[in-house]
Amino acid sequence: MGEIWEGLMAGLWLVVTLDPDLVEITLRSLQVTLTAVVIGSAIALPFGAWLAIRRFRHRRATIALLNALMGLPPVVVGLIVYLLLSRSGPFGVLGLLFTPTAMIIAQVIIITPLIASIAHQSIRDIWSEYHDLLISLSTTKRQRIATLIWDGRRALMTASLAGFGRAIGEVGAIMIVGGNIDHATRVLTTAIALETGKGDFALALGLGFVLIGLAIAVNVATHMIGRTESDGKW
Amino acid sequence: MVTSILPLKMSGAVVKRRGKTLLGPVDLTVSQTGFTIVMGPNGAGKTTLLRALHGLERLSGGQVQWQIPLRDTLQRQAFVFQTPIMMRRSVRDNLAYPLILHGTPKAAAYALAADWAGRIGLGRALDQQAPQLSGGEKQKLALARALMRSPDILFLDEPCANLDGRAIREIEAILKSAQAGGTRILMATHDIGQARRLASDVVFLMHGKIIEMAAADAFFGAPKTPQAAALLNGDIVE
Amino acid sequence: MTRILALVLGLTGTIASAEDLKLAVTTSFHNSGLSEILLPAIAEDTGITVQLLVVGTGQAIRLGEAGDVDAILVHSRPAEDAFLADGYGTHRREIMYNDFVFIGPVADPAAIADADTAADALARIAQTEAVFVSRGDDSGTHKKELSLWDAADVSRGGDWYRPVGAGMGAALNTAAGMNAYILADRASWLNFGNKADLGLLFAGDPVLFNQYAYIPVNPELHGHIKADLAVKLEDWLTSPRAAELINSYTINGETLFTFNAQPAS
Repeated sequence: MGEIWEGLMAGLWLVVTLDPDLVEITLRSLQVTLTAVVIGSAIALPFGAWLAIRRFRHRRATIALLNALMGLPPVVVGLIVYLLLSRSGPFGVLGLLFTPTAMIIAQVIIITPLIASIAHQSIRDIWSEYHDLLISLSTTKRQRIATLIWDGRRALMTASLAGFGRAIGEVGAIMIVGGNIDHATRVLTTAIALETGKGDFALALGLGFVLIGLAIAVNVATHMIGRTESDGKW
Repeated sequence: MVTSILPLKMSGAVVKRRGKTLLGPVDLTVSQTGFTIVMGPNGAGKTTLLRALHGLERLSGGQVQWQIPLRDTLQRQAFVFQTPIMMRRSVRDNLAYPLILHGTPKAAAYALAADWAGRIGLGRALDQQAPQLSGGEKQKLALARALMRSPDILFLDEPCANLDGRAIREIEAILKSAQAGGTRILMATHDIGQARRLASDVVFLMHGKIIEMAAADAFFGAPKTPQAAALLNGDIVE
Repeated sequence: MTRILALVLGLTGTIASAEDLKLAVTTSFHNSGLSEILLPAIAEDTGITVQLLVVGTGQAIRLGEAGDVDAILVHSRPAEDAFLADGYGTHRREIMYNDFVFIGPVADPAAIADADTAADALARIAQTEAVFVSRGDDSGTHKKELSLWDAADVSRGGDWYRPVGAGMGAALNTAAGMNAYILADRASWLNFGNKADLGLLFAGDPVLFNQYAYIPVNPELHGHIKADLAVKLEDWLTSPRAAELINSYTINGETLFTFNAQPAS
């Protein structure tokens, strides 16, 4: 109990004093994860919508595969990305290993199936609702996807937030591909792992509380943006 | 307006689902003017007939023929479903959606939407989310959304099934004025009173086939088949 | 919203400055806290920003082989020799040493505090089957521990021997939780914050000395290696300035490292 209290105090102290290291790694956490969420959403949302609308031969298998990919173990993703980006790997010439870009790549791979799967579920619901109307209005495929994404935007935002939640708290993959280099690739989660390794539980816990606070803040902010846009309940 | 897409000819049309015949074979010609009421017990194929004419059902046999190429007909038809499909948008955006979809500038579409919202008594609800409207309001909205594009032909599938008297009266008034404006109407209904009020001619369906087809006066005055007579008599027909 | 996104995307571009050098170091070196003294001094004197990758010796060697780092600073002689023999490094330069110590429950059920040698201490642990946590991660510390077991010539099978496959800090956390014996480097132990009921029980046997060596990665294998920076860093690490900083680094008044680099021949 004492250690949790100390952790809370340590976290609070870091925040009120705007500790420069804390600010730096927090911004990097946000930068890496938000970029990954933007890229992942750009891929996953249209794909999820397309999957909900389009009938093709291996559709069921694709959906099953997508759902299975949701459970991708981040450590394995990290290891594979590591091997791909290593100087002796196929993409070694790009020199991306141990950079924020490598961390973003790993996170995109981890969260895209998750966002796509949730997007597919919610788009499928709206599609079954809208199906007759959109066919009756002789919409093109592109118009259908655009309409479903727009009208399902709140549900899709939830999908993106789920991706954010998974990415911001992820440590296994980004530790491997980022290397936890101070002032270069250190983020909140890897810093927590590091401080735990040093046995400095108070600081580790303090960073942990900052991480939780950050996740909550992003969620609340997103919902507020959604609310001001329209007073509806969707 | 270019040449009308009517008359519409359906010949030998059959709709099967999972080996079961839902409709047909049906031969039917929809002339350029009038208000056709489709009647018949549940499961007789009323909905399937309307959907097949509109092009929402794949035919297992036979064909539907318009006067212009099929590709161009959908934009000149409209369909109002039994359960109104409300997009998760405001009343204004629901009304404007089909117009904007087919190239009407946004400002013009919104102006027309406001105009039609006023006509159906939703002038003050323009910014309200459509799924939050009452049942009657939703159906009026769906009807307005269909009529705003001045379709050559309008299909309605029991639009008043779950509504109370006042909403029904309002909807019938809108339909009559649309008919007067030159829109051909085909509507399925259970309500014999409504059929008498609106019909210029009647199609009577049972087990997926047309049993009787006649002008309204003839059908209501002297039905030729015992099933139609029983229906008009208020008996249970199945 | 778009402006925020643009900002975020703009930040993402990795600024890989020409003066960055990637150095793989062992957890035990990093946990000592010495790097926090050395890195700013290096930046100040040479303009090189050293990016530390803190890993076990096994992974440090792999990073060097793959060309993912420019140089390595490790402490496992056999692995270093193999690395050089295979041509992955240009040469090996000894920098400094510290020592390993035996940590265990203050009550010391195996009485290793009375042992004469490191091998004797391990023999006592094996005899009493007192719980022993091993790094088990192919690190320099782990390799040292294995060589000590071989010297002690006792069997270490059984429930009491727990390889955890983790870094020094995590292994110390585990030992603290299980009140177990463990081999650690002195620096990590002194800097460790969660000592619980553990204490330093045995040290001083010369076999426990822990030599750190600096090996630049061979630029002939990997064209992108910053060989000139690696040489510059080596010059600094073997300079009198480094000697002074290393020898004067203390935790709780205890000296941790002894500088022993030979002047360039």
